[in-house]
Amino acid sequence: MKKETQSRRSFLNKLWIVLGSVAFVELFAGVLAFFKPRQPGTSALEAQSIITAGPVESFEPGSVKAFIRGRFYLARLEDGGFLALSRSCTHLSCTVPWVSDQNKFVCPCHSSEFDIRGEVTNPPAPRALDLYPIKIHNNILTVDTGSLKKRSRFAAEQVTYPDSV
Amino acid sequence: MRQPSKPEQRGQQRVFGNFLLHFRPRSVPERTLKLTLTWGLGVVAVVMVFLLLLTGLLLKFTYSPFPGSAYDSVTHLVNQVPFGRLLRNVHHWAANGLMLVVFLHFLRVFYTGAFAPPRQLNWVIGLVLFSAIILSDFTGYLLPWDQIAFWAITISTSMLDYIPVVGAGFKEWLLGGSEPGPQALMNFYAIHTAILPVVLLFCLSFHFWRIRKAGGLVIPRSAGEDPSVRGEMVDAMPHQITREVSLALLVFASVLVVAMLVDAPLAEQANPGLSPNPTKAPWYFMGVQELLMHFHPVFATLVIPVFLVSGLISVAYISYDTNTSGIWFCSPKGLKMTGVAAIFAGLATVAAVLLDEHVIRVNQAGPPDMVSHGLLPFASVLAICAGFYYLVKKAFSATNNEAVQALFTLLMTAFVTLTLIGIWFRGAGMKLEWAGS
Repeated sequence: MKKETQSRRSFLNKLWIVLGSVAFVELFAGVLAFFKPRQPGTSALEAQSIITAGPVESFEPGSVKAFIRGRFYLARLEDGGFLALSRSCTHLSCTVPWVSDQNKFVCPCHSSEFDIRGEVTNPPAPRALDLYPIKIHNNILTVDTGSLKKRSRFAAEQVTYPDSV
Repeated sequence: MRQPSKPEQRGQQRVFGNFLLHFRPRSVPERTLKLTLTWGLGVVAVVMVFLLLLTGLLLKFTYSPFPGSAYDSVTHLVNQVPFGRLLRNVHHWAANGLMLVVFLHFLRVFYTGAFAPPRQLNWVIGLVLFSAIILSDFTGYLLPWDQIAFWAITISTSMLDYIPVVGAGFKEWLLGGSEPGPQALMNFYAIHTAILPVVLLFCLSFHFWRIRKAGGLVIPRSAGEDPSVRGEMVDAMPHQITREVSLALLVFASVLVVAMLVDAPLAEQANPGLSPNPTKAPWYFMGVQELLMHFHPVFATLVIPVFLVSGLISVAYISYDTNTSGIWFCSPKGLKMTGVAAIFAGLATVAAVLLDEHVIRVNQAGPPDMVSHGLLPFASVLAICAGFYYLVKKAFSATNNEAVQALFTLLMTAFVTLTLIGIWFRGAGMKLEWAGS
């Protein structure tokens, strides 16, 4: 009789522990689900990710033009090639302005510097400026701001050239 | 010391006895009331916390935590609401004052050795409180959704990218998207106005309770005196309470005067397309910003803070040669070593910043790597710290109490120097320049 009571009590105690653990796991999972970030919807800006930059001739070699809506710079190198550079610093995401009289991008937050190719010329930025892919059709440049390409350094194959230079 | 009191005094005592003495002992050692022990810094901090809670509660009635209306709700508060500008100014200056006061309080506790047993845990609780206050100040200045706020969120959440495993996920949760938006503002609002105040109040109560458990404040003494001598006891009311209440009134009046004379800053409305030039953090984060300019981000955002925080926690748990609690700077020798450390650290920090700016950066091309801009400078700093510790300990034939104190002084002075360089000597493009030039 006594043994039976004991085993019933220990059974109930175990049941409490199991049920309590289940409740705790459920609660934890519920809180996690509650805090799960919503799936990023496509904003109007992302929906129009292809930006038409204009005809090839409208960009001087050695010049940089800002595209506010696309959030990038179109840089034309001295040899006529194009790069679409993200305006966000690779260090901590500040917007880097192009300082045309010094021919470089200078970050106003931690003084990183980048040349026209987006290559780092002054730390602390750890990588060259990110790129967006460029397409040239019938002499018209388009930039796909939907697909960001990260790179550590500048390399010649990143440059897009017009069909006839 | 206890005198027979008149009936009306007894009435007063009952009011104070029932309320204030609930978390104050009936009597306190007379020596702990000396101004040169605490400088009243703890009381000042508590008064500022309560000022912040009260003004914060009122601000909640006018603030709107949505990117489209947050900025307007602040300009409305400042320009239309009666006493709105004053309320915001009091909140702003109390928050800034609190930052300074808790830093000084932290220095006071360290230099009087008030972290030694039985106060070890309270040292750690104090560090938690300090962190909660830093986070409160940070989340607070994000709320107006002006340029300062937007770029502070952008920079700080980007710092999380350099923390392995958990960083990126936490960033995504904080921002609720790829860039600061409605979810980010809502998160920071909830953290600032609900989570951190609760943490602060809980830890503050814990902090006070631990003081009582330790038998009150550390007893101030000179180097030769026996730490177990507590000296004469006096009634907390009136000796302690009247001092505290008058100090509280003085703090309240001072904050009010500053708030009437100087407006809290409000920059242009947030503009994701333009970082202001230069983009500077509030003064209390300029040390971190300066650090970010010299070290690889993994070191500036992760390695250095982890080392610093573990070092600060372990301060209370090292086994020391002697018990120096209650003695300012351990001993006259300790004071001398503190001075040496401060001067050395100030000069070395300025030299290191100039060296990095004018020699190292000029001679290197391409992006920095983990070794040349992380491991190497960090290892040099560690080597300098270790070398300094052993040299100064040997040169003064000091105890490890005095040597640890010198090392602490070295690091704190370096951090303060970086902060001052950031505040006064960084101009457009965050270039070094002389103040005012």
